[in-house]
Amino acid sequence: MSAFRMILSRLAFSIFTTLCGAFFALPMLWLLLAPFNARGTLAVEIPRPFTLENFERVFANTFAMRALLNSLILAGGTMITVTLVATLAAYALSRAEVPYYDLLTYGLILFSSVVTGTAAMVPIFLLANALGLVDTYLGVIMVFTGGLLPTAIFILRDFVEGLPRSYEESAMVSGASPWQMVRDVVMPLLRPGMMVVGIWTFVQVWGAFLVPFVLLRTPERMPAAIAIYSFYTEAGTPILTLTSAYALLYAIPVLALYLFVNARYGFRFFGGIKR
Amino acid sequence: MVQRRPILSPAVGMLFLLPALGFVLVFLVFPSLWVLQISLTNQTLTGEAALRPQFVGLANFQALFDFENWMIRGYFGNALRNAVFFVIGSALIGQAGLGLAIAWAFHRRRGLLREALYTLVILAWIIPDVVVAFMWVAYLDRDQGTLNAILSTLRLGRVDWLIDHPLLSIIIFNTWRGTAFSMLLFSSALATLPPSYLEAAAVAGASAWQAFRDIILPSIRSHIITDLVLITLWTFNTFTPYLITGGGPTFRSEVVSIYTFRIAFQHFEFGRGAAVAVVMMVINLILALIYLSTLRREAVAR
Repeated sequence: MSAFRMILSRLAFSIFTTLCGAFFALPMLWLLLAPFNARGTLAVEIPRPFTLENFERVFANTFAMRALLNSLILAGGTMITVTLVATLAAYALSRAEVPYYDLLTYGLILFSSVVTGTAAMVPIFLLANALGLVDTYLGVIMVFTGGLLPTAIFILRDFVEGLPRSYEESAMVSGASPWQMVRDVVMPLLRPGMMVVGIWTFVQVWGAFLVPFVLLRTPERMPAAIAIYSFYTEAGTPILTLTSAYALLYAIPVLALYLFVNARYGFRFFGGIKR
Repeated sequence: MVQRRPILSPAVGMLFLLPALGFVLVFLVFPSLWVLQISLTNQTLTGEAALRPQFVGLANFQALFDFENWMIRGYFGNALRNAVFFVIGSALIGQAGLGLAIAWAFHRRRGLLREALYTLVILAWIIPDVVVAFMWVAYLDRDQGTLNAILSTLRLGRVDWLIDHPLLSIIIFNTWRGTAFSMLLFSSALATLPPSYLEAAAVAGASAWQAFRDIILPSIRSHIITDLVLITLWTFNTFTPYLITGGGPTFRSEVVSIYTFRIAFQHFEFGRGAAVAVVMMVINLILALIYLSTLRREAVAR
């Protein structure tokens, strides 16, 4: 490559990277600065005066704190259910002769792609209504579980396929029941995969708006995604000091989990993670 | 491969599968069939039609595809048109294009710069919906927003993005929100290419663009198809734009997912809402079938 073309390509690369960095970073700046600003603002500016009072007021708001706990209940409940149910199913798909295996796997992908978003919420709301699950944590957790399970199963199946069978075979020889084998041999070996699925599920539910918005009624049961809309003046404009502080608090667990996953495993792909 | 005895008996295998199948049958399969039946009724949330919904045949579908009012704002055709622009602009051009460009620019580069940019793109993807919505409402605000602050510094004038260009606003937003998936998918696809491919092209005197077009693109073709189908599906179904524009002003950024929400959960006309849901699911089904057939072709090719 000639020196001229080299310089040109370096230059193009620098410009492209700068523009991309700006495009992705600029919208985030508000979330980093506004929570510490004593004046509520939509602008990105150095907090003047700098304050932590916004956080104090959010912490003192029992409704908002309760909503974070509700998010934890919903995300944690779904995480445990999805991880356990998907582990068993992935193990069976990998280690037993399942009849209609192809039909089953393609069917799972198909239904999870088709029954999604607002379209799915129409029949699911009526179903939850008929089953008495509207305005319950259980209803929200079960609806999320149904939607997230297929992807979770496929991620975990790949992890199971990567395990050597010899441990399970020797456990069988020493007379362990299938359940003992899964609990004492497979699950410990499968921990990285279960962590990935668990964290993925948690982040999905923690950040979701539509499902709890449609299924829950009582204000005390609302998760943070909905409670954030309660920091409004009587005139209907958001109180930006509190909204921004609460938004940052609500986003921090996701940021922490990202840092954890990135440091521990490297942020990689597990068969279409997210969504 | 040596055939090995399965570790679990068929009965135990079924037992382990049962909880998952139960959830999937009740919360995915059943709703997808039930919605068909609801779409043929005048079901509502309250009142007479809530208790005893009546069979109305295809009336809900006829109302959707009523071509006289089709394109008027607030009608289905308008929502469908917006959704097409939204998917083409934010998914096919925005996310896939930008994702491929970033993956290509940082192909075989390591280091802090790559880490930093990838982290930013991934953060935009994983921060909760309502938080990114507030960030973008602030970012695009007419008077205080960062984007207008930059534009006016450059003497380009202020733009009332959410009022004057609502559809463009959610297209740019969704590009920002979802590029990470395409970027990561294309990065891992490019990482599997043997370096000798590009070296051979360089020796033959091909320019970077020629090498990209004639060598890189054909060898990651199946990844590109997978990516395009999945992001189309997700973008078509996403509800997050509602949190930024609410579908407005005057339905100008109302995509199909928001239209469905308005009919079913603001007007509580479940019969009509179910009819839109059926149309959405048919579109999803077509996309999912394309996705499955590429998966199958890959499995055969392997």
